[in-house]
Amino acid sequence: MAEGIKDKVAVIGMGCSKFGERFDCGPEELMVEAFEECLQDAGIERNQIEAAWFGQCYDELGTGKGAPGLAMALRLPFIPVTRVENYCATGTEAFRGAVYAVASGACDIALAQGVEKLKDTGYGGLPSIDGVNSGALPGQVLPNISAPGAFAQLASAYRAKHNVPYDDLKRAIAQVSVKSHANGVKNPKAHLRKAISIEKVMGAPLIADPLGLFDCCGVSDGSACAIVTTPEIAKSLGKDNLVSVKALQLAVSNGEEQGYKNWDGSHFATTRRASKRAYAEAGIKNPREEISMFEVHDCFSITEFVTYEDLFISPEGGAIKDVMDGFYNSDGQIPCQIDGGLKCFGHPIGASGLRMLYEMYLQLQGRAGERQLADPRYGITHNLGGFPFANVCALSIIGRYE
Amino acid sequence: MVGITSYGGHIPRLRLNRGVVYGANAWMAPGLIGSAGGERSMANWDEDSLTMAVEAARDCIDGFDKSQIDAAYMASVNFPFEDRLNSGIMATALNLSSSLDSADFTASLRAGASALIAGVNAVKSGDFKNVLVTAGDRRITKMAYTHELLAGDGAAALMIGSTDVVAEFKSSVTITEDFADHYRGEGEQFDYNWEERWIRDEGILKIVPRAIQSLFDKAGISGKDVDRFVMPCMFPRVPMQLAGMMDIAPEKTADNMHNVCGDTGTAHPLVMLIAALEDAKPGDKILVAAFGGGCTVMLFEVTDNISKMKDKRGIKGSLADRKEEQNYLKFLSHRGLLNEDQTMRAEANWRTALSALYRNRRMIIGMVGGKCTKCGTAQFPKAEVCVNPDCNAVNSQEDCEFADQHGKIKTYTADILTFTPDPPAHYGMVTFENEGRGMFDFTDYEAGKVEVGLPVRMVFRIRNIDRARNFTQYYWKAKPIIKHEEV
Repeated sequence: MAEGIKDKVAVIGMGCSKFGERFDCGPEELMVEAFEECLQDAGIERNQIEAAWFGQCYDELGTGKGAPGLAMALRLPFIPVTRVENYCATGTEAFRGAVYAVASGACDIALAQGVEKLKDTGYGGLPSIDGVNSGALPGQVLPNISAPGAFAQLASAYRAKHNVPYDDLKRAIAQVSVKSHANGVKNPKAHLRKAISIEKVMGAPLIADPLGLFDCCGVSDGSACAIVTTPEIAKSLGKDNLVSVKALQLAVSNGEEQGYKNWDGSHFATTRRASKRAYAEAGIKNPREEISMFEVHDCFSITEFVTYEDLFISPEGGAIKDVMDGFYNSDGQIPCQIDGGLKCFGHPIGASGLRMLYEMYLQLQGRAGERQLADPRYGITHNLGGFPFANVCALSIIGRYE
Repeated sequence: MVGITSYGGHIPRLRLNRGVVYGANAWMAPGLIGSAGGERSMANWDEDSLTMAVEAARDCIDGFDKSQIDAAYMASVNFPFEDRLNSGIMATALNLSSSLDSADFTASLRAGASALIAGVNAVKSGDFKNVLVTAGDRRITKMAYTHELLAGDGAAALMIGSTDVVAEFKSSVTITEDFADHYRGEGEQFDYNWEERWIRDEGILKIVPRAIQSLFDKAGISGKDVDRFVMPCMFPRVPMQLAGMMDIAPEKTADNMHNVCGDTGTAHPLVMLIAALEDAKPGDKILVAAFGGGCTVMLFEVTDNISKMKDKRGIKGSLADRKEEQNYLKFLSHRGLLNEDQTMRAEANWRTALSALYRNRRMIIGMVGGKCTKCGTAQFPKAEVCVNPDCNAVNSQEDCEFADQHGKIKTYTADILTFTPDPPAHYGMVTFENEGRGMFDFTDYEAGKVEVGLPVRMVFRIRNIDRARNFTQYYWKAKPIIKHEEV
């Protein structure tokens, strides 16, 4: 077995724009905002960056196809730039490209940047699926699905599998959102900064049964980025208190969930596989004991809820108890979405994986301000794209370089 | 002996209460009161003449060896395509052999009878052994026009053959007259109709008796020999009047189903014939008259085999699967007669890649999947590499039909965000008895009554209508089997 990525690459700078309905900004302004912070944080010059990976999902709303969108916005000096797209896991995919490039020795310093400009859609939510951007065959057979509708189905299968009453699950996923809103209040870059109550979540209009308005994350504009290099170069640049990559794993559906009899519809087959591999790569034996904090892909409350189990932090069928016990609250055993999550920080698709890393990085460096947790060691970011029945799960674990 | 060897029917589940139509329109069209009783069948937004004909045909060919079907004919005056063989789409949906004769019959309300006679002649000639004949109509009228109340939506299917005949085809006569009681010019959406009294007195009451008398002479029978007189007609008392004129006992006149369904256009002579067969006994002589561009009359004699048809859903079974609809605006909306706001999500571009449709026609239109010859795993769609992770054999799959597989809901949601003409959109994962599965839209659902484990039946429906190119796109959907609640 390959030895993996652990401690081969360090993050020396990160940046993140304010997320939100940035009607006054295009993708270029958002990228420059994040990049300026990142470059300053890294303490290097723009021309020291040797290669870049650019994550953007909805190119039709953003900078169009290809990598020049990033290169032109930042005026990168004719370096290699690669655009990546992997559903909502696009941001982590950009990070993975940059990290692997440094680890391979292909370059010393690389940039990963993600952006999404969603608020040029013209209506709330993500753009509708249509017949010409889904593939010539899928465009003729996909169900009439929306993002909340795709993920809402997890709830129907989870209830059936664990024999959970409708209202019990509805209340537990409401608490998931309540917790993230409480965290978002403390984050000046978050899209949504207002505390809410369980009653408010449960009483909100339904979007896709059982998900209501407050079970759905913010649809936001934003950009986030990271500059990575080797720990050795980082030290030579005078960096200390290093944060290094411990694991980077991807698991992609191959059609088994939607075509073969095994999958029960209540969980992510990809996340279970990716998380096992990530823990092995990072050398983590017992995630419930060893992980300090994590950011999951809470596009919808139910996604976060089942992911607790898919990451083997809550036992199978045990997420309701952990949620209601406050296990994942900011003062709980393993705080989740300490920055507000997709729910409140917002979800500009291509930026989200890097935004998650941004918070873990700040926490590990003790720079998270009001949100700072005591002595974190490992943080997971879980970035998921697609649909429960066919998706891309991208996991990273970063931690103190020891 | 040549005749009907099987039949099937489809009347849409929704029944529009005519009282609500009258109530909405009485201020401007008080004369509608005369037709405002009972209910009419109402196609769901995703049903049209073709999908209804497919559903009737599935009922008809259930248990039949499809490889023995030589031709598939379909009649309608509301085909979804003016130039694309509708019976060809139907044949693909039914997964019939492509070594098949097919034809569309149209442009007259007697086109269903014409298709039937074409089938009979083909079998009589010895060229074909079995011919599937279908007719379906979802006729769209202007709102507040009498025919909005008189018409119903529905379809019928008959198999014509010479083995195990349940109703022998005895004789037929056709009179052709260019009697334009109504017409629809090229490119028009609605019919234009002439005065009803003229249609009745100069048309029906003169042309139909000529045809019937001619048939009596040809078959050597009289009106006294007729056990059931099937005559679709928008004038409620005229069939009885015709019976009297032809010496047929008035009580032999078949009910035109106005109260429960309405007139299903080209399908209606066949729909009423099937309804008559459902109550018939061996030896019964059934006279069918189809008026339009003249008149076709046909005589059938029921055989002992009629008892074999008792498990068919047919017309009676379709009528029993009923849900009353009180929302007239929904009826108008589903028929594209309102200019309602559909939100920006309805602007999605649904252009169909016709090359990809042809390449995948057996999957998309026929719902044919695969079964791995190495491990036995049934899967949808059929793929080059087997989906079973312990197999993954390459090019190992043979065809496997999924349309008639019993299914159950594995996951679902009711989605208010996505655009559908029938919100909230229901969809989810369906698992089949052969252990295959797939993600499908649902149809004919009732909000609040869908749950994991509910049985479903797959049905051929409209998936999308690409308005920009006027292309109707079809696929299969899961219809929850919800127990009918008696009123």
